[in-house]
Amino acid sequence: MSEFRYVGKRRRAKEHVRFVLGRGRYVGDIHVVGMQHIAIVASPHPAARIVSIDTSAAARAPGVRYILTGEELCANTDSLLIGVDAPQVKRWPLAPGMVRYAGEWVAAVVANSRAAAEDAAELVEVQYEPQPCVVEAEAALAAGAPLVHPAHASNVLYRRKFVWGPVEQAFAQAHQQLSFRAYWGRSATVPIETFGVVAHWDAGHGILDIWASIQMPKFPDQTARALRLPGNAVRVHHDVDVGGSYGVKRGIKHTVLAGYLARRLGAPMRLIEDRLENMRGGDMQGPDRHFDVHVAFDFDGIIHGLRIRALDDVGAYAGRSPLQLGKPVGAICGPYRIPAIEYEPISVMTNKTPQEAVRGFGQSPTNFALERAMDRVARELDMDRIEIRKRNLIRRDDFPYTIPSGSTYDSGDYHAVLDKALAAARYPELLELRDRTRANGKLAGIGISTCLEPSGGNSAFEVLLNPKNETTTWMDSCLVRVDLSGAVTGVIGNSSSGQGHESLVATVLAEVLERDPEGIRVVRADSLMALPSNSPVGSRMAIMLGGAAAGAAKTIKRTLLTIAAHNLECAVEDLEYRNGDASLKGVGGKKLTWHELIEIAHRKFHKLPPGIEPGLQAKFVWEVPTGGGLPSADGRIQMYPCYAFEAHIVLIEIDPDTAKPAIHRYVCGHDCGVMINPDIVHGMTYGGIAHGIGAALYEQFAYTADGQLTSGSFMDYLIPSALEVPPLAIVDHCTPSPLTEFGQKGSGEAGYLGAPAAVANAINDALAPRGASLDTLPMTPEAIWKALR
Amino acid sequence: MTEKLYEISVEVNGVRCEGRVPARLSLVDWLREELRLTGTHVGCEHGVCGACSVLLDGEPVRSCLMYAVQAHGHRVGTVEGLRSPEGGLSPLQDAFCEAHGLQCGYCTPGMLIAAQALLDATPHPTEEQIREAIGGNLCRCTGYAQIVEAVLLAAERSR
Repeated sequence: MSEFRYVGKRRRAKEHVRFVLGRGRYVGDIHVVGMQHIAIVASPHPAARIVSIDTSAAARAPGVRYILTGEELCANTDSLLIGVDAPQVKRWPLAPGMVRYAGEWVAAVVANSRAAAEDAAELVEVQYEPQPCVVEAEAALAAGAPLVHPAHASNVLYRRKFVWGPVEQAFAQAHQQLSFRAYWGRSATVPIETFGVVAHWDAGHGILDIWASIQMPKFPDQTARALRLPGNAVRVHHDVDVGGSYGVKRGIKHTVLAGYLARRLGAPMRLIEDRLENMRGGDMQGPDRHFDVHVAFDFDGIIHGLRIRALDDVGAYAGRSPLQLGKPVGAICGPYRIPAIEYEPISVMTNKTPQEAVRGFGQSPTNFALERAMDRVARELDMDRIEIRKRNLIRRDDFPYTIPSGSTYDSGDYHAVLDKALAAARYPELLELRDRTRANGKLAGIGISTCLEPSGGNSAFEVLLNPKNETTTWMDSCLVRVDLSGAVTGVIGNSSSGQGHESLVATVLAEVLERDPEGIRVVRADSLMALPSNSPVGSRMAIMLGGAAAGAAKTIKRTLLTIAAHNLECAVEDLEYRNGDASLKGVGGKKLTWHELIEIAHRKFHKLPPGIEPGLQAKFVWEVPTGGGLPSADGRIQMYPCYAFEAHIVLIEIDPDTAKPAIHRYVCGHDCGVMINPDIVHGMTYGGIAHGIGAALYEQFAYTADGQLTSGSFMDYLIPSALEVPPLAIVDHCTPSPLTEFGQKGSGEAGYLGAPAAVANAINDALAPRGASLDTLPMTPEAIWKALR
Repeated sequence: MTEKLYEISVEVNGVRCEGRVPARLSLVDWLREELRLTGTHVGCEHGVCGACSVLLDGEPVRSCLMYAVQAHGHRVGTVEGLRSPEGGLSPLQDAFCEAHGLQCGYCTPGMLIAAQALLDATPHPTEEQIREAIGGNLCRCTGYAQIVEAVLLAAERSR
């Protein structure tokens, strides 16, 4: 897009230099004088009554300052918030009386070093009375199942059957139907940095300072509420670099615990998870979801109706996790023209580690189910898998396109992106390669998936799934300041975990103000500095933070022009803005330069037009475009504003003896509108694909039938390395969004949304000649081997 | 009960550092907590993720699997020591910035250490050799694509 000067151009990220120098500032690098260390005593039982806790030996251990149990903490703090209407599902950082999963926190030991705290934690003697547990979603639904929260009287947190469009009719009239069950295994984003928090009670000011590794909407508010403090007594510092998140870095229970102890003991507290703590008690495992899918279609491959039952196991407690069944409502038919849909989300609790938000917020599992459906219909009809997709994809001329569940897709050209991906994958050659590999006695398959990335993260699923919640704004903001030297600073109110927000804001400000982005600085306000943000969730920051920055910059520009018009005695319309200077239109027109205008704004009140504030700064708070609505009675709502699209094509070879898969070619066609920084978009997309390959083939939080996590380390929970992730190719396409400043859409969840489906389809294509199929993730060699026999 | 302390002397990034440490203190904890060289990161503490990689006498090792006392008498190189002699970015650090070989930055120090060790031994590696060399360093952001690109770029520029 040549209309832009900086947007869309390759440019080094502002964040990189500090990281390559080893000068990042992560929570583990923060040192407060007098800092004490917290170690956790965790339950070995998935369900048990706590009979007694004997802390006497631990209290005598060297360096120990304090031992906190659930009883004291629960008496002095409020239960953590839950996303759906289930007031009896209470949750505190330390279990009061009952433990509900193996790894649940029971007590916290405070000592003067982490080693001393860990030593003493081993001396805390807890007596338990084990109770019956339930670890499988279907079993938790059954009558007479052990109740995870007896006070809630059911293991079901949320259940509703939505019907959008003529579903009965579609199934009655279609030529053919098919049904299948698919399972998305429990995995997560598992950042390399675990969660950590440093909390300091500043008694002089009465403020609790928090430095934490977070990516969480409303985090300061929730911390304050749980600690029974006014919001302005909690100051969350957003200038902490976050070592990866992709959704999971919530850490609210960690922060409430550390915050309580910091205030209680009058000493700064540090709590950094070790890896086992992170995996079993960090409450960051992802969706664990069974799909029952029924498809109604005609002989020509046109799909007329869809029924999806999604049973999701959120584990023992719930924060926002049940809402991960709600977000997919905004793209429930994927990129396809499917006029009638029934969707029954069921959120159920079991005695497993709680689920947290994972990249895509439930969309990637849904895409997996949809794309398995497309492949199964193609196989049933003996139709080409590309052809069936092309027949059902929404066409370019159909936009804006409203799907049965109420969301309107803004723009797209799905056929063009798919064609580009096929060309880049050299599809005919890929088919030959697959067939040659098969002829040589190996298994080989090609996987195709097309899917949507809803972006611009709104929180409409909250109002959809919880009628008591009327959250209809999910704003973000930016403050822009031009100082007396003429330097531009952007201030943002969120922490980042690798998304390049400093680069984003600098590029946007540079574009609007026509100033060199190199000189633009971006800093982070803490949570008391009045810059509302809902954090970088839901692929929203290019849209929302980018939109807020553009809005603030435009206000600055307007102010400069107003000052110029006043001083040049003309109308604003007579002026031209170029590179920060304002000049009268026409050859040789009078002009006031950037620096002259700034000088007036900061020093010369006598030259300021009436109504213009001295100093030069502007704050802009932006509401999600298309946001603000409540759902209709039948549950139709506009979920997110912008819809990016991706098409994945992958060739996988499977060793017939070991059933080990290897990926040979991977192409992703991607359209997220105008890219503000192509390197950043590509980087997140590559990373998302790698993450998706992990979810499809390797990663799983595996539990025994009696509720013990068996993959609590990187020896068992397998994260793909540079040897498993193949070279990846991305082909760009650009369909601008009509809803955003530059035509950008979101892309933070790109890659991950389509990769698991594509990989699963490739494995199934490889299994097809043997008459086998597999619909369970992860597709480990063991699972593939079993499917073959 | 107080823990017995051991005297150690380690050359860290060219500077001799003395310490008195308990036997069980890991090298990474000594670097981070005592010397405040926080560029070396802790990811898994069981030797899989590679975030804590440092150079021990020029070879990449996991500093979470080594005790500080084991480093006594050795040379340790951390990310803070990778700068060019003039104080600017090294060619490899510069290439990481240029190729967008990082996002959150958490695995980056370990990646730089692994890649620098490769380039020291093999100035012009193939893509396969690069993947092999960083195969013990996990990254969740990048899918490794731009990291491989960055190492290739650094090698190319040294021709």
